[in-house]
Amino acid sequence: MTHQTATWTQRLRPRGDRAQWGLVAAASLVWFVLYSVNEPFWTWLVGGVAGLDLASRLGSGVLFFFYDSVKILLLLTGVIFVVTVLRSFMSIERTRALLGGKREGVGNVLAASLGVVTPFCSCSAVPAFIGFVAAGVPLGVTMSFLIASPLINEIAIALLLGLFGPGPTALYVASGLVIAIVAGFVIGRLKLERWVEPFVFETKVRGRAVRPGAKLSWGDRFELGVEEVKAIVRRIWPYLLVGIGLGAVIHGWAPADFFATYAGRDNPFGPLLAVLIGIPLYSNAAGILPLVEALYAKGLPMGTLLAFMMATVALSLPEMIILRRVLKPQLIAVFVGVTAAGILATGYLFNAIL
Amino acid sequence: MDILILGSGCANCNTLEQRAKDAVAQLGLDATFGHVRDVAEIASYGVMKTPGLVIDDEVVLSGHVPTTTQLVELLGRR
Repeated sequence: MTHQTATWTQRLRPRGDRAQWGLVAAASLVWFVLYSVNEPFWTWLVGGVAGLDLASRLGSGVLFFFYDSVKILLLLTGVIFVVTVLRSFMSIERTRALLGGKREGVGNVLAASLGVVTPFCSCSAVPAFIGFVAAGVPLGVTMSFLIASPLINEIAIALLLGLFGPGPTALYVASGLVIAIVAGFVIGRLKLERWVEPFVFETKVRGRAVRPGAKLSWGDRFELGVEEVKAIVRRIWPYLLVGIGLGAVIHGWAPADFFATYAGRDNPFGPLLAVLIGIPLYSNAAGILPLVEALYAKGLPMGTLLAFMMATVALSLPEMIILRRVLKPQLIAVFVGVTAAGILATGYLFNAIL
Repeated sequence: MDILILGSGCANCNTLEQRAKDAVAQLGLDATFGHVRDVAEIASYGVMKTPGLVIDDEVVLSGHVPTTTQLVELLGRR
C-alpha cells in the first residue's frame, strides 16, 4: 500500500496539493477497509479454509500471528504517516530555541513535552545533546528531553491505542512525561556537569542551523510521511516478527496460569523483575507490544507490563554505549538509576490502583 | 565545490552520500566529497539531527534524506 502511494505521489506531483489530498483520502479509505476486514478474513482463512480449530493451541497461535502481524503493520503505517506529517512542522532546532534560557522546572516540563512532538531518533542523541548543552540549555532540561523522546514515541502510542485502547495509552503517556520531568529535574539538581565530557562545553556552534521544515508544501510533507513509513518498517520488521512470534507461542502454548503464578499481582517483586529484565534488552515498542499483549491476556498486571515496556524502550545497552561519548560512566549510572527508579514507581503505582 | 556529509555512519548518511554523488554525476559537476563522522565536529556545524549536508562550508540540509531529484535541484541552484 505504501509503495503504491509513493509512486502515485511522484507521478501526480505537478498537479499540486489538491491531487495529493485526494490520494491521502483514498489511501485512508483503503486503510480503514483493510483494518476492518483483517479479523474476519484471518478467522475465515485459518478456521474455515485451513480447517484449524480456533480454540486449539495451534489454531489460536496461528490466528494470533497472522491477525496481529497485519493489524500492527496497519497501525504502524497509519500512525507513522500522520505523525510524520504533523511533526514536519516541528524541528529539533525550533525545540532548542524554545528551551534556550528556560529555568529548571518549567524547562523540564517543556523539554519532556517537546520530546514527544519533536522528530528525533536515538541515533542523533549525541549531536543533539552537544547541540543543546553547547547552546546553554541546562543539563537536567536536556536529559528530560532525551528521556521523553524514546519513551513516548509514535510507535508506542499507535500500538498501545490499537491493542489496549485509549485508557492505558493515556496512562502510559502521562506517566512517561512525569518520569522524564522528574528524572531530568533530579539530575539537574544534583549538579552533575562535572561528569559531562569537557569537550561538550568547549564546542563552538559556528554553523547557522537550517530549519528543515521551513518551506515545505503539503505534497512534500506527505512524501516525507511515506518515506518515514518505509524507513521505519524496514528497520523494525525483524523485531516485530520476533515479538509477534513469541506472542503467538505464549498465546497458544504457555499454560494459562504460568506467568500469573510467577509474576502476577501477588508477587511483590513483579515490577522490579520486569525492570531488571527490561533494561539490558534492546528492542522498540513494535517488538515489545505483541509480547506485552500476549502476557496481559495470560493475566499479568498492567503495571508490571508497562514497567517492562518502558525499561526496554527507554534504557538499553546500545544507547548507553552511544551516550558514553559525551557522558562519563558516573553520569550514565545516575541517568539509568534515576530513570529506572521512576519506571519502577510507575509499575507499583499502577499495579496498586488498576 | 566541496561537499561534506555529516553523520556517524548510520544508514541514512550513506544513502545521502550515494544520492549526492548520483546528483553530482547527473549535473556533471566538479566536486570533492568528504564524510564527517566525529560527533563533536558534526555538532559544531550546528547540526543536531543527522544526516547533514554541507556545501562549501554552509549547512544546506539536515535531519532527512532528500531524493536524488531534490538534490539535483539543490546542487543545480548553486
